[in-house]
Amino acid sequence: MSRPRRERRSVVGVEAVGPYVLVRVARGGLDPGAPGQFFMLEAPGRVLPRPMSLCLAPPGELGFLLDPIGPGTCALAELEPGDSIHVFGPLGNGFRLDVERPLLVGGGIGLAPLPYLSEALERPPAVLGFRSEWHAEAAALVPNAEVVIDPVLVTDAMPRDRAVLACGPEPMLEAVRALCPDAQLAWEAPMACGYGACYGCVVEIDGELKRLCVEGPVLCFS
Amino acid sequence: MLLLNASGCLDALTAPDVAARFDAFVTKTVTPEPREGNAPVRIAETDHGMLNSIGLANPGRVVFLGQTLPRLVRTVDVPIWVSVGGFSVRDYVETCEQLTRDDVACVELNLSCPNVDEAPESAGEIVRACRRMTAKPLYAKLSPHSWDMGETVRAVEDAGADGVTMINTLRGVALDTRLTTKLERGVGGYSGPALKPVALAAVFAARRVTALPIVAMGGVQDGRDALELIACGATHVALGTVLFADADAPSRVRAELIDEAHRAGFDHPEDAFGAAHETVAKLAN
Repeated sequence: MSRPRRERRSVVGVEAVGPYVLVRVARGGLDPGAPGQFFMLEAPGRVLPRPMSLCLAPPGELGFLLDPIGPGTCALAELEPGDSIHVFGPLGNGFRLDVERPLLVGGGIGLAPLPYLSEALERPPAVLGFRSEWHAEAAALVPNAEVVIDPVLVTDAMPRDRAVLACGPEPMLEAVRALCPDAQLAWEAPMACGYGACYGCVVEIDGELKRLCVEGPVLCFS
Repeated sequence: MLLLNASGCLDALTAPDVAARFDAFVTKTVTPEPREGNAPVRIAETDHGMLNSIGLANPGRVVFLGQTLPRLVRTVDVPIWVSVGGFSVRDYVETCEQLTRDDVACVELNLSCPNVDEAPESAGEIVRACRRMTAKPLYAKLSPHSWDMGETVRAVEDAGADGVTMINTLRGVALDTRLTTKLERGVGGYSGPALKPVALAAVFAARRVTALPIVAMGGVQDGRDALELIACGATHVALGTVLFADADAPSRVRAELIDEAHRAGFDHPEDAFGAAHETVAKLAN
C-alpha cells in the first residue's frame, strides 16, 4: 500500500462540472493510491481539512470532485490556479480490483471516485443517479455510464449479474447492498483527521461501529 | 519542557510515526468496561474550532492491560502516559491499582470528559484515593468549567497530585441549517484555536497557586501558542486538535517554538516560563 505523505501542492485548475467543482493540484511526490482511497485537503480558513476521494489522476496531477455545499467545500471551490494547499494521502482502504464483470454505481457526488476506478478497471459499465439534469452533467467524467434522474433510482437500472462497486449517499448504499450483498461500498462520514487518530468518523452498520478512515471508506460485508 | 499529545487526539497504534515525534505519548482514556463510544455523528467543525462527542471509546481495562498496553510498549519508543477514566472513585482506583508495569511512566486521571457522565465524587476525592494506590507520577486533568481554577488546583495538589493537566474541552453545541444539533448526542467537547485564551487563563490562574508541573493544552496551532502557554506558567505543552489538520505538527511546533522564543528575546523556550506573570506582579506592586 502507498505510504501517505503530506505536501503543500499548487492548484493547477478549478473547473465547474455541473453544480460540482473539479479541483486539480500538482501531484508532486504524492502517490495517487488505489481507487477509493482518499486525501485530506486543507480547506483555507477552516480548522479541519476535508476528506476527498481521488477522482482523476492525469499525469503529474491529482483531481478531486467536490460539491460546494458547506464552508469547507466552498473554500476549496474558491481556490484559484496558483494557490497552494496541504494535501495528505492517500489514506484508507480503496476498492478491490480483482473482480469479474464489474459494475460501477454512483449517486450524486458519490461519483467522485468512479472516474479513477473506471480507468483502473478498463472502463466497465456504470449506472449513475442524479437529482437533476444539471447534476447529471458530471456523468461525462465516467465512461460507459447509464444515467438515471430522480425519481428513477440507480437500483431500478442496475443489472443484477455483476460485481458492484458503489459510492453514494447512505440510503443508496443500503439499497444497493440489499440487492447485491457482496457489493463493495464506499461510505462517507464527517472526518477530522483521516488517519485513525480521532475516532470521529465512525458509521454504524449492522449495529457495529466502523472507523471509516482506517477500516474503510470502502467496506465489503461478504 | 516536554511536548505531548492531548489524550484522545492520537492513536499510537494506527499512527506510530506521529507518536514517535512527541516526548511522551498519552493514551486514549481507559475505563473499567469496554466502551464503543457515542453514536455518530461524533464530530462537527465550527467557525473557530470543532466539537467532538467520541465518548471515551476504548476496549476497557482488561483488554487495555492485556493487549493494548503491551502493543503500545512494543510500538512506541517514547514514555507512555496512561489516561484513566471512570464513573466513580472506585473505577479510577481499581485501574490505578493495576497499572503496575514499569512501562507506564505516568498516570493522568481524566476528571473532566464532557462527553460522558461525571463521577459523583470531587476531583480531590478521586485523586486522594488514587494516590494511595499508585506510586507513579499522578496528574489530574481538569475541566476549564471551574469558575475558580485556583481552588480546584489546590484541592488536587492537597490530595497528592504530582501535576495538573489543563484544559480539557469546553462543552459546546453546533446546529445545522434545520436548527437541529449536528452531533447525535447534542452537546460535545469544544476544542481548537478558539480555546487558546481560555487555556491561557486557566494556566495563568493555576500557576498563581501552585508550583506543580502543568501540562498545558488548548488551541495550540503553532510555536507561538505554545510559547504563550509557557509564559503563563506551563511546564509542558500538549497538542490536540491541530494533530487532525497536521500530522506533522509535533516537529513543526517544536521548531517554531524555538524560533518564537528567540523572537521574544529568550534563548530557550523554558526561559519564558512565567513571563506573563510579571505584568501582574508589577501591577500588584
